[in-house]
Amino acid sequence: MTGYIEKKYTFRSWVIEQLFMGKTIKEYLKGLITPFNLVAALILLVGVPVSVYRFSQGLGPSTNLSDNNPWGLWIGFDVMAGVALAAGGFVMGTAVYLFGLKEYHPTVRPAVLTGFLGYFFVVVGLCFDLGRPWRLPYPMLVSIGVTSVLLLVGWHVALYLTTQFVEFCPALFEWLGLKNFRKWAVRLTVGATIFGAILSTLHQSALGALFLLTPGKLHPLWYSSFLPVFFLISAIIAGISMVIFESMLSHRVFGDRINHQGVDFDKLTLGLGKAAAIGLFAYFALKWVGVAHDNRWEFLNTPLGHWFLVEVFIFVLLPCLLFTWAVRKSNAALVRFASIVTVIGIIINRINVAVVGLNWNIEDRYFPSWMEFIVTITIITTGLLTFRWIVNRMPILNEHPDYSETDQHVLERERVTAEQFLNSP
Amino acid sequence: MEISRRKFLKSITAASGASLVSKSQIAQGAERFTGWSDRFGVLSDLTRCVGCRSCEAACNEINKLPPPKIPFEDQSVFEKIRRTDAQTYTVVNRYPNPKPGGEPIFVKKQCMHCDEPACASACLVKAFKKTREGPVTYNKGVCIGCRYCMTACPFYVPAYEYDDPFSPEVKKCSMCYDNRISKGGIPACVEACPMEAMTFGKRSDLIKLARKRIIEQPDIYIYEIYGEHEVGGTSWLYISGVPFEKIGFRMDLGTTPYAELTRGFLGAVPLVLILWPAFLIGVYMFTKRRQGMAETEESNFEIEEDQQ
Repeated sequence: MTGYIEKKYTFRSWVIEQLFMGKTIKEYLKGLITPFNLVAALILLVGVPVSVYRFSQGLGPSTNLSDNNPWGLWIGFDVMAGVALAAGGFVMGTAVYLFGLKEYHPTVRPAVLTGFLGYFFVVVGLCFDLGRPWRLPYPMLVSIGVTSVLLLVGWHVALYLTTQFVEFCPALFEWLGLKNFRKWAVRLTVGATIFGAILSTLHQSALGALFLLTPGKLHPLWYSSFLPVFFLISAIIAGISMVIFESMLSHRVFGDRINHQGVDFDKLTLGLGKAAAIGLFAYFALKWVGVAHDNRWEFLNTPLGHWFLVEVFIFVLLPCLLFTWAVRKSNAALVRFASIVTVIGIIINRINVAVVGLNWNIEDRYFPSWMEFIVTITIITTGLLTFRWIVNRMPILNEHPDYSETDQHVLERERVTAEQFLNSP
Repeated sequence: MEISRRKFLKSITAASGASLVSKSQIAQGAERFTGWSDRFGVLSDLTRCVGCRSCEAACNEINKLPPPKIPFEDQSVFEKIRRTDAQTYTVVNRYPNPKPGGEPIFVKKQCMHCDEPACASACLVKAFKKTREGPVTYNKGVCIGCRYCMTACPFYVPAYEYDDPFSPEVKKCSMCYDNRISKGGIPACVEACPMEAMTFGKRSDLIKLARKRIIEQPDIYIYEIYGEHEVGGTSWLYISGVPFEKIGFRMDLGTTPYAELTRGFLGAVPLVLILWPAFLIGVYMFTKRRQGMAETEESNFEIEEDQQ
């Protein structure tokens, strides 16, 4: 960013610059034809009619859900895994704003955006699953079931979505050029971060606590009175791993937008890898405490027991060792690989708890219908498109020059002001 | 569940600011409430049931359910074990008698009407209610269709109207609460039974009756009342001539009411809500102070350097 000039926009020039990224509409539309977009368009082409089918015909024709298996892919993956993978916002916010790990500041905005969009699309996925999604505000306003862990989840997801929006506001207002609003939003940062950390602690663990009510249905290796702790710890690990994973993707896809001067992303990746290694080790140990506490050893040598061992060794211990090794050897690429294994592992865990392990002891087992898969893929695609749309326009990966805290930008701004002053008649 | 345990949990949520509850409820204690003493129930005597399915037909009629796929007179229905569904609130299943040469055993299945129901504990809109009279009822007017009640129910009872896109409801036996019990009547299935296999009455009386039958005819009955203690006790009780685990009953559900299972977690919520902000603000202040000190040290160092 050389030749910095503070821009003054008219409405028209703002639309062209900020919405169409400085291209004419023709150029913009032409630029949309990329392999990724074609695949996305194809997915939406199938996904939109399937969604219409789901809402017009009901859950029965569109899903394989049944009276015995009332929860399926949409709860197991879209909601359970979705919330865990969106934990990066709260983890990085806490690390940077509360624990003062300032060098990780460049990771906060992408993490908060991922968190915000993640939760938003969790709610979208939930709406597909709910029998009467238009009654979503009922637990808040109409009839409050205070004995329900799910009530806590509902309230917290709603409040946390709002909190994450507040945390996202500085970027939004920078983009819109609303300096005064931005100032207020920034002032809310520390408060919002604390509030977000409380809400996340509670609802991440509450998602695990939901299954405390299924002792007769959930496989004994996954059922544990420690479920809330398992879910919280693994969500923190998932959040960190997603920040690593997403930073890798962003550098590949949006490399030209990243303008943090003097930030060594490999170093940040290694630091995050260290945190993930510690978290995974604690989680691994805790999983075995769970097995020992309830004396479930006899179940290990059964088909589902083997699957449990795969989850715990291949997707928890292995990435833990990979992270450790990578940090010792300063191998950022290996940290990135380990983060992918971890993310897959957490997804597998959530599906194991909510789908595979649930109702393990009855004959009527569930497997998602093709339409359930299509809806899930459509929601992910829409999420990615939204993420890309925002990142391409708002200061998420890059710093907005007007609000930059990097020295070079400040110097540049001062130089321009001085020039303007000298040149003024 | 109009009980003080619920009120206790209410007070917790009130403290957490998630609900608008009057202060008077906060003072209530945490003692366990084991149910209204005059609540009703049904005793199902499995030694008497002959599998005529009159109860199914009566249930179908009073609840205005669609006609069944297999007519009520058709015995082929027993070829496989059925469960309740959105059009069938009660089913009779046939199990081979584990005693050699014994007649097959018929087991009627319906909502157990737990004393502390898992469904009511799970429901985030209070759609389920353990009424004072005993039945567990469902309010379709507030249900959002999350189906957590179905996941939570240890007896696989609640069913869902999956095929209704616009107003799907959870469906289950209400012990004829609206139609009969609230008007002083008895459940349709109990009334329809030609064998008097079911007895409706106060739960406490039914337990006495069950004991009496077992003690008077020890060669007919096994010494167990299913539902007396299971998951904290149920309003529907069974006595049998053969072990319950041989005829489709879950024996591993324990005696803890399901509502207790999440109580510890919910109890920890206000602690986190109050202590977590205090802790995090502490961390934040500590971080700021440390940074402030580091900066002062640096500038002191610079001043010293300048002086030299």
